[in-house]
Amino acid sequence: MRMIKAFAAVVAMIVMAACSSEQQAAAPATTTVTPGSVADFRQNVGDRVFFDTDMSNIREDGRQTLNRQAEWLKKYTNYPITIEGHCDERGTREYNLALGERRATAVKNVLVALGIPANRVSTISYGKERPAVVGSTEAAWAQNRRGVTTVN
Amino acid sequence: MMLPRRSTILGGVALAAGSAAPARAQLTIDMTRPTFEPVPIAIVDFAGDRVGADIAGVVRNDLQNSGLFRSIPPSAFIQQNVDANAPPRFADWRGVGAAGLVVGQVQQAGGNIKVDFRLWDVVVGQQATGLSFNSQPNNWRRLAHIIADAIYKRVTGEEGYFDTRVAYVSETGPLSARVKRIAIMDQDGANNRYITDGRTIALTPRFSPTLQEIVYMAYAEDRSPPRVYLQNVDSGRRELLGNFPGMSFAPRFSPDGAKVVMSISAEGQSDIYEMDVRGRALRRLTNTPAIDTSPCYSNDGSQIVFNSDRGGSQQLYVMGAGGGGERRISFGEGRYATPVWSPRGDYIAFTKITGGSFGIGVMRTDGSGERMLASGFLVEGPTWAPNGRVLMFFRQQPNSGSRAGSVTLNQIDITGRFERPVPTPTDASDPAWSPLIPQ
Repeated sequence: MRMIKAFAAVVAMIVMAACSSEQQAAAPATTTVTPGSVADFRQNVGDRVFFDTDMSNIREDGRQTLNRQAEWLKKYTNYPITIEGHCDERGTREYNLALGERRATAVKNVLVALGIPANRVSTISYGKERPAVVGSTEAAWAQNRRGVTTVN
Repeated sequence: MMLPRRSTILGGVALAAGSAAPARAQLTIDMTRPTFEPVPIAIVDFAGDRVGADIAGVVRNDLQNSGLFRSIPPSAFIQQNVDANAPPRFADWRGVGAAGLVVGQVQQAGGNIKVDFRLWDVVVGQQATGLSFNSQPNNWRRLAHIIADAIYKRVTGEEGYFDTRVAYVSETGPLSARVKRIAIMDQDGANNRYITDGRTIALTPRFSPTLQEIVYMAYAEDRSPPRVYLQNVDSGRRELLGNFPGMSFAPRFSPDGAKVVMSISAEGQSDIYEMDVRGRALRRLTNTPAIDTSPCYSNDGSQIVFNSDRGGSQQLYVMGAGGGGERRISFGEGRYATPVWSPRGDYIAFTKITGGSFGIGVMRTDGSGERMLASGFLVEGPTWAPNGRVLMFFRQQPNSGSRAGSVTLNQIDITGRFERPVPTPTDASDPAWSPLIPQ
């Protein structure tokens, strides 16, 4: 159990590193992970989609990610799903809390439309409180405007 | 608790007004004029007790920080050992360029302290005001702020704001795992203390009109949505203000403290609700698919200003306090956010996002007369001093690479002339200025 956790952490770091380079919704990789594990979801499916400034519509690249997510989630039905909505730092705090909620709901609605039971999915907004990438550049902000599907 | 008892010192001291003084400075200031010189004022260490120097120091600091006064350094004083009960040698004080002179004394009085002060108008050679207080010795800082308020009022004609507190969010740690705790301090940064423990993110504190309670939003330790809490400042007892399935946020008290207005989210839609604090009855005030948030009551409690993106971009709207009659009041270029109604009722302060820059501005309550006061990479969240003439907000510097930029509280007057950082022990955001502390 301990081994698996440590391994998952390493994989998470690899995914983060990939994200910080450029916009990459998913990084299909060749590393072997246990099918159906959290690491499998993050690494082979892609746990996040990105949004344009002040927008909450799912972009085409995000839609492909969510298609993969839905397939995976229908296969591995034991995971509760929480979708985090996040924003970049270029908005006011309270508005961004609401915008993050709107983004999380947009992700949820797509997954539900793809056949995931709504009662399996909860949402939480982090507004601009938890950036994935620290930086005050457009590249950093683009990575921070995100919806993250978490399965643990 | 500590209620200083005050009485007025009548100008019983006879004085001989000297020959007409050179009118280069006056002990009065019209802070609404576009330009003026700060009033030069000399504040002598209060006599009679060691705490007298501390009191004078707090008064000097308050007045200097307002931007309306220039505190003359004690090293420049000519007259030494000024008798607190007799007219000073006005010529000596004119000689150091003072328009006003503050003298005082502290006496032990049966476990309490008795503090007297007089403000002398050096220009005309008369007492301008004077007060006497009885209080517990550990209350000396508040007495100093009350004295500074009395001087400010006599000179500006406006109520002071020094006997107040500020609630804010203390920020520590890396941005990816930032610790955000609610803290409360005196307006000048003294007596800083933490109200939440930092185990979860807490944001947007706001005072009740009595200062005995704050409302704020905090995350839970599990991954349930963040919610609004009501907390007693002294006892620390906190309670959830309504347990809704979705996130609740952006709380603010009504001017009478009976209600809290806030946003509640459901299915990605954020609307404004009003909750009765005692009975917890909930009333929905807006219902649009848009983001309606950052609500704030007017000073008389009859209206609510908020921001909404219902028209496509974030703008300011005003509605009746019970909902309805919503009308847009911001029409400039850019996005408008975080409106706060002045306690005097004459202005609404806001955050404005234009292109790549943020600004703090004020407009009249019908949206006219917009004036920007401060700008920067990120400035946000204005809050009014109780006199409606000074604002506090926070200023965040850009992150440099992966290093977090500093976040500081700043104070500015509504002419935009004097901006100064407000010292805090850590990075700080989301300031909320209290009303005057009840005496």
